[in-house]
Amino acid sequence: MIRFIISRILQSIGVMLAVGLIAFALFTYVGDPVNNMLGPSASTDDRARLRTELGLDDPFLVQYARFIGRAVQGDFGLSYQYARPVIDIVAERLPATAELSLVAVFLALLVGIPMGIYAGIRPRSWLSKLFMSVSLIGVSLPTFFTGIVLIVLFAIVLRWLPPFGRGDVVMLGWWSTGLLSWSGLKSILLPSVTLSLFQMTLIMRLVRSEMLEIVRTDYIRFAQARGLTSRAIYFRHALKNTLVPVITITGLQMGSIIAFAVITETVFQWPGLGLLFIQALNFGDIPVMAAYLVFVSLMFVAINLFVDILYFVVDPRLRSGWT
Amino acid sequence: MHDGPILQVENLRIEIPTRHRTLVAVDDVSFELARGEVLGVVGESGAGKSLTGAAIIGLLRPPGRIAGGRIWIDGKRVDNLSQAEMRKVRGRIAGAIFQDPMTSLNPLFTVGQQLVETIRTHLDMSRAEARARALSLLAEVGIPAPEQRLDQYPHQFSGGMRQRVVIALALCANPKLIIADEPTTALDVSIQAQIIALLKRLCHEHGTAVVLVTHDMGVIAETADRVAVMYTGRIAELGPVAEVVRAPRHPYTAGLMASIPAIGETRDRLYQIDGSMPRLTNIPQGCPFNPRCPAVFDRCRRERPETVDLGGHRVACWKHGEQEA
Repeated sequence: MIRFIISRILQSIGVMLAVGLIAFALFTYVGDPVNNMLGPSASTDDRARLRTELGLDDPFLVQYARFIGRAVQGDFGLSYQYARPVIDIVAERLPATAELSLVAVFLALLVGIPMGIYAGIRPRSWLSKLFMSVSLIGVSLPTFFTGIVLIVLFAIVLRWLPPFGRGDVVMLGWWSTGLLSWSGLKSILLPSVTLSLFQMTLIMRLVRSEMLEIVRTDYIRFAQARGLTSRAIYFRHALKNTLVPVITITGLQMGSIIAFAVITETVFQWPGLGLLFIQALNFGDIPVMAAYLVFVSLMFVAINLFVDILYFVVDPRLRSGWT
Repeated sequence: MHDGPILQVENLRIEIPTRHRTLVAVDDVSFELARGEVLGVVGESGAGKSLTGAAIIGLLRPPGRIAGGRIWIDGKRVDNLSQAEMRKVRGRIAGAIFQDPMTSLNPLFTVGQQLVETIRTHLDMSRAEARARALSLLAEVGIPAPEQRLDQYPHQFSGGMRQRVVIALALCANPKLIIADEPTTALDVSIQAQIIALLKRLCHEHGTAVVLVTHDMGVIAETADRVAVMYTGRIAELGPVAEVVRAPRHPYTAGLMASIPAIGETRDRLYQIDGSMPRLTNIPQGCPFNPRCPAVFDRCRRERPETVDLGGHRVACWKHGEQEA
């Protein structure tokens, strides 16, 4: 198992180096930073001097190594737009996105799994059919559309929830949380529901089809023959066996939740990384874009690593193979 | 407490609705099982023997359903019970063992967890007491070093050992009846004999009655007190094992017996019954065995034979019709 984790960590480092290369290429090939900094009226000498100062004359590999070296220390340079260290801006925005994504995943699991179990055990009931039809809508509606519909309904017509923003935040060290204030909780509801809707329906459908398959297996039949209660059969024996695919999909979807957050954050003007990225795109703020890219891939890689380790916790057959 | 037969099956009929028509998979099956008795049920694939076993413990897979007849377990009518009520019978009064031990156990729980959970479902025991009982059950089914084995997962057991665990699980609450559906079919031949001997010994010690479903006449001859031979969902012949083996009354049983080679006998070819069992969609009129029967006569093609009781030995064949009854 240790060997497995080490090999996965090495793979992850490889992935991060590749992503770093792409992020770095943004600086080199998208626009000229010297132009951006000095403006069109600077003299050729000034340009050459700044080039040398910034190390832009060094060979590609040296520059790349320098970029990686700084990135590892969290140094992505100054934002063109805000003239502040990128890492500070990212750190400010990170809690908003992290909370939004986590709440969305939590909602998706909390609602999706029970719905999936129900639809899997009672595939013929009208409620299961309703779940399936509604989930079809959930899968096919684009995020920005559901977001806008929810805003119109709950914020404008019913006036129950705020239409945008994060509400009041409480600082816990450098981490700003919106989960401890009433207005923060009210604010996170609409965007997290919007963000989780797709995952929720995906998880529900996944659990349902796994359930349908598992209730037909011999060990479930034998569990019935042993006279176990339906609750033990479905929630202990069957559910645990559906978990491996659910963990895989949830892990992969965590990544896309962070990616989809760009849209949701734009619709709800949620002050997170996604909104920051969109603004950086409009402004041509390359350091912020590069940092966002690296950060999002880091999340992807970390979550996947975590998921791989979770498999071992759930499935004993994997454990014995690696010890 | 009821002290009649542990199991009574009366005119059982199982139907499987399909898109085109409803198939009758088991028809007019009746038998009784005394306490502690072992009844072998033999037949080819599709003869309805496994369905009969599944119907008894209420685990017919849909769309299969009991369409007629009645079943009593320990004097209690069970064919019309709800799943919730049937659950209380399963495991406690009637247990089951299935064919494939590789898939009968949940791979994600230790053997001990599965045993303890079953014991505590049926018996009022603390976790520690249940664990102690689980240990003694594992020892009883012949698993070496049960202390260590208890905390292992099913994939760490071999096929034969897993079937022992399955038997231990079926015996958790000391049921009075066990339906063993091809318990040795998926095992190596050398292990089969061990498992059969184990099942036989345990049931004898606990006074458990067994319905042993198999297509292996050898297993039946060795284990069962009585045997029911099934063909196309009906009982062709039912009687004490020694009698059925030595002097089969139904031509189908006679064919089955003749196709088993005896030790010390020299033969060029094994005997075989011509043709194969008809599909359920295609059961011939009259006696379902008539196209393959060497002793067929006119009546067999027209009328379905009634079951004739020849003193504890039942047979459904016109040969033993009115002239003897």
